[in-house]
Amino acid sequence: MALRDERVTLAHGGGGKAMRDLIDEVFTSVFQPPGMEDQARLMADAVQEPGARLAFTTDSFVVTPLEFPGGDIGKIAVCGTVNDLVVGGAVPLWLSAAFIIEEGCEVALLRRIVASMAREAALAGVRIVTGDTKVVGRGAADGLFVTTAGIGVIQPGREMAAALIRPGDVAIVNGMLGDHGAAILAARGDLALSTDLHSDCASLGHLMQAVLAAAPGVRAARDATRGGLASALNEMAEAAGVGVVIEEVALPMRTEVKGVCEILGLDPLYLANEGTLVLFVPEDQAAAALAAMRSVPEGAGAVVIGRAVAAHPGQVRMVTLFGGSRIVDMLVGEQLPRIC
Amino acid sequence: MLGLVDGLEIRVRGQVQGVGFRPFVWQLAQRFGLQGTVLNDPEGVLIQVCGAGLEGFAAALTEEAPPLARVDAVECRAFWFDLLPVGFVIAASRGRGAETRVVPDAATCPDCLAEIRGNGRRRGYAFTNCTHCGPRFSILRGLPYDRAQTSMAGFAMCGDCRAEYENPGDRRFHAQPIACPACGPRLWLEVAGAEVPGDAVALAVARLKAGQVLAIKGLGGFHLACDARNAAAVELLRQRKRRPAKPFAVMMGEGDLGGFCEVSDDILGLLRGAAAPVAVVRSLGKLPEAVAPGMATLGVMLPYTPLHHLLIDGFGGTLVMTSGNLSGEPQVIGNDEAREKLSGFADAFLLHDREIVRRLDDGVVRADPPMVLRRARGAAPGTLPLPPGFDGAGQVLALGGQMKAAICLVKNGQALLSHHLGELEDALSWEEYLRACADYGALFDLSPDVVACDRHPGYRASRHAETLGLPVVRVGHHHAHLAACLGDNLWPRDGGQVVGIVLDGTGLGQDGTIWGGEVLLGDYAGVTRVGYLRPAALPGGDAASREPWRNLLVRLDQAGLSGLADEVLTGMPLGIARAAVKAGMNAPLSSSAGRLFDAFAAALGICVGRQSYEGEAAMRLEAMVAGEAGAYAFGEASGVIDPAPMWQAWAADRAAGVLPGVMAARFHAGLAAAFCAVARRVVESGQAQAVVLSGGCFQNPVLLRACLNRLKGMKVLTHRTTPANDGGLALGQALIAAAQRLTVAESG
Ligand SMILES: [Fe+3]
Ligand SMILES: [Mg+2]
Ligand SMILES: [Zn+2]
Ligand SMILES: [Zn+2]
Repeated sequence: MALRDERVTLAHGGGGKAMRDLIDEVFTSVFQPPGMEDQARLMADAVQEPGARLAFTTDSFVVTPLEFPGGDIGKIAVCGTVNDLVVGGAVPLWLSAAFIIEEGCEVALLRRIVASMAREAALAGVRIVTGDTKVVGRGAADGLFVTTAGIGVIQPGREMAAALIRPGDVAIVNGMLGDHGAAILAARGDLALSTDLHSDCASLGHLMQAVLAAAPGVRAARDATRGGLASALNEMAEAAGVGVVIEEVALPMRTEVKGVCEILGLDPLYLANEGTLVLFVPEDQAAAALAAMRSVPEGAGAVVIGRAVAAHPGQVRMVTLFGGSRIVDMLVGEQLPRIC
Repeated sequence: MLGLVDGLEIRVRGQVQGVGFRPFVWQLAQRFGLQGTVLNDPEGVLIQVCGAGLEGFAAALTEEAPPLARVDAVECRAFWFDLLPVGFVIAASRGRGAETRVVPDAATCPDCLAEIRGNGRRRGYAFTNCTHCGPRFSILRGLPYDRAQTSMAGFAMCGDCRAEYENPGDRRFHAQPIACPACGPRLWLEVAGAEVPGDAVALAVARLKAGQVLAIKGLGGFHLACDARNAAAVELLRQRKRRPAKPFAVMMGEGDLGGFCEVSDDILGLLRGAAAPVAVVRSLGKLPEAVAPGMATLGVMLPYTPLHHLLIDGFGGTLVMTSGNLSGEPQVIGNDEAREKLSGFADAFLLHDREIVRRLDDGVVRADPPMVLRRARGAAPGTLPLPPGFDGAGQVLALGGQMKAAICLVKNGQALLSHHLGELEDALSWEEYLRACADYGALFDLSPDVVACDRHPGYRASRHAETLGLPVVRVGHHHAHLAACLGDNLWPRDGGQVVGIVLDGTGLGQDGTIWGGEVLLGDYAGVTRVGYLRPAALPGGDAASREPWRNLLVRLDQAGLSGLADEVLTGMPLGIARAAVKAGMNAPLSSSAGRLFDAFAAALGICVGRQSYEGEAAMRLEAMVAGEAGAYAFGEASGVIDPAPMWQAWAADRAAGVLPGVMAARFHAGLAAAFCAVARRVVESGQAQAVVLSGGCFQNPVLLRACLNRLKGMKVLTHRTTPANDGGLALGQALIAAAQRLTVAESG
């Protein structure tokens, strides 16, 4: 085919035949959107039920390198938006995908990423139904930027929000912390890190369905993406007006992740994850939630990490290995040394 | 109309409330046969008096003032009584704020000590106190300062104590924490949650003699104690506390001091004083190495409560007395808290039922040159005078830094620098910090016009500043250090510019980079950077503060000695660290002098991989210095001080097998020479009136003395009553904010 082994040029963004070919060959042939209009026309059966609501979210994805152990930018773009829907209690149905491609991007790379997106969408049970492509000059983007938007349905009566968390609720994570952030750092050639780390990048829809079936009282969940577990917990504590206490000894973390953090001076609590969520559940449903999470592959490593408390509202604290209690703050911009 | 009887009205200013001043005046009046009244009011003590012998009376007010009083001024003016007063009476206090003064906790006075050793009703009583001594700030719940507002509230005075309390002729007149065995707090020894019957002190002494570790509830918090001469006991304590190397303080009777350390008369005076701090003095090396590993100094204190006296009297030796806390946390103060947190450390608990309301660590001072290292028990809530030119500064609250946190309040020409509040990332310290903000504010009746903080956005104190709804002045870290030293020396606001050598760990500089080895020219109003240590990366950010090898690596690479780095730092992940530096991955550039100390310590094999406590590498390096041995030359161009030549000279010394102590000496001398040369040039150019030495590195007496030597002939200002470390920052911040407001007011 004409596009094989080629690189994307500005001509591919010009609106002419080259662009048409690129879109047809690389994107629509794989995603197979329903219909060829510049809009997706969606069957609304899923929202017919009285009290059902639509959930709608969008996210842009930039990551270097574009491919890394355990994933690529396309997989993240699907998982990230799916997970944003999932943690709100929605069942994800449809995605859009928009691509900003830097001139010179390899077509073969694009194909791999698109294939990865299609695969992940199928796994997550969502369809990529519409999209867009732009090509920008060298230096105007870093290889490829992807933006996805997603629509899902929240079934009647389902109410999940951080504001609903109450003192006494139990905090559970579904697995290892920091794998994604550490894998990305290791995949950056310039740091000379050699590890076996893989990104945890995964869609969490099945996990969430399993949890909600077993523990319908789940108050709220967040995916611990940028800013890591620390940021997710801080946002939830603040929204709920509760304190959160986590136990350092309970935090699931690979030795290798700890190692990468130690050498680079990073705090694993702030490392990004792409397949890790934290949820709060009333204590009497915690065991059921935990068991349900462990019954699906994405939740095999689920553990209780702490709980919500009435004390210190809005503040997250970690009981350290030595028994002390450390305040886990939200990051303020760039991390600057604080030890004088 | 003038009255009929002529007399004097005497105004006494200073620290004259809550220290037994009124009964002292009453007793003086009896002695001189005078009539009249004495009372407290918002300005201090007011005396109206008549009779013969007025002159001697007025003089005695200063000369014979009670031990805890500080008389700043005695102002006399003529006064006429309408009627001849009958006798001399202590009248009711007048005006708001009259009863709000609280003095610091004070060490047991000689009279009380004699009582607990004597045969009276307080023989052996661990809570004996009087107006001249005892707990104050540590038991205070609120104002005004009277018994009901202290943790003595639950102890109803017995008849004997009440009689003393109400007798103006008694040294316990209005002594709020007054107590005796019949009515006061009780002491007991507890093992595994159960009280052991018997004499608590004797039981404790027996256990200490047997090499056990005891948790002892003291004045401002718990100590962990063991026999300092029993190496196995000290090692046991280190193991349990997971504190491998940080020096332990020791407590001993005055008579034993000479056997363990060098104590000058000045230091003896400080040790004996009401503040009774830990003094860091030269050790004679007679205690096991485990007491203070790698140190040439010893932190000593004298018994400062009756309980300590009884213990030391009974034990007859020297005790390690280290703060009872979990690693990284502040000292424990509650009985239940102690049972929960210290049971893994202590074999038994010596407890009492007088609640510690406020956590006050032991204060720390250094001997030579004299300097306060930690303002804490015995110093708080004492006030400092403001330098000239700060009248009308309004009310300022300054929030200090992130580590060694302390706050400062400015009002009415005085500054109140709080006690040491710990590291703010720790949750308990943070709670203590918030509480200090609230209750120092109440104590000083402060309603600030402005709040000052560090410009580092990640300091918890700086974030707190945003929540107060006040104008915020963000102060450069090293400017605050400089201003704190100016304030300590009462440098006038219009005293002219100074040049400051400010050496510390890291702080956010005025250009947004990380500073720490600075030469600053300016005053309270502002500074410009006229010199600095050539920056190097901090690979791993704060990790570089904990792991000296990181700093040695970047400095050797910078000096073109990468091969030597590979050789000296075998086993460290150098490749990754170098790659992180190159990629700019969490490796900000910094001019930190503290990190250069760490690097040089690592070069001599000290704490290469990790420091077990903050400052360990530099303290061990300092302890290693062997006399005068010349100096390594640093490079310098336009105020940028380059350590590369120093490293090259060190490499040559190393190859030649020069002794580590000599290399350590040459490093200290060289660093001092480099910074002092830049400062001297500024002074000689006529731009600066004096040289200021500030920042945590100046806790290092070798560095400080080397700088003082190099700066001979110039006016040099050093910290004395405030810490050179971040514990002094808040004072500097407060003065800078005050100066800004005054400047605006004057120009507007
Ligand atoms: Fe500092
Ligand atoms: Mg989003
Ligand atoms: Zn006394
Ligand atoms: Zn009594």
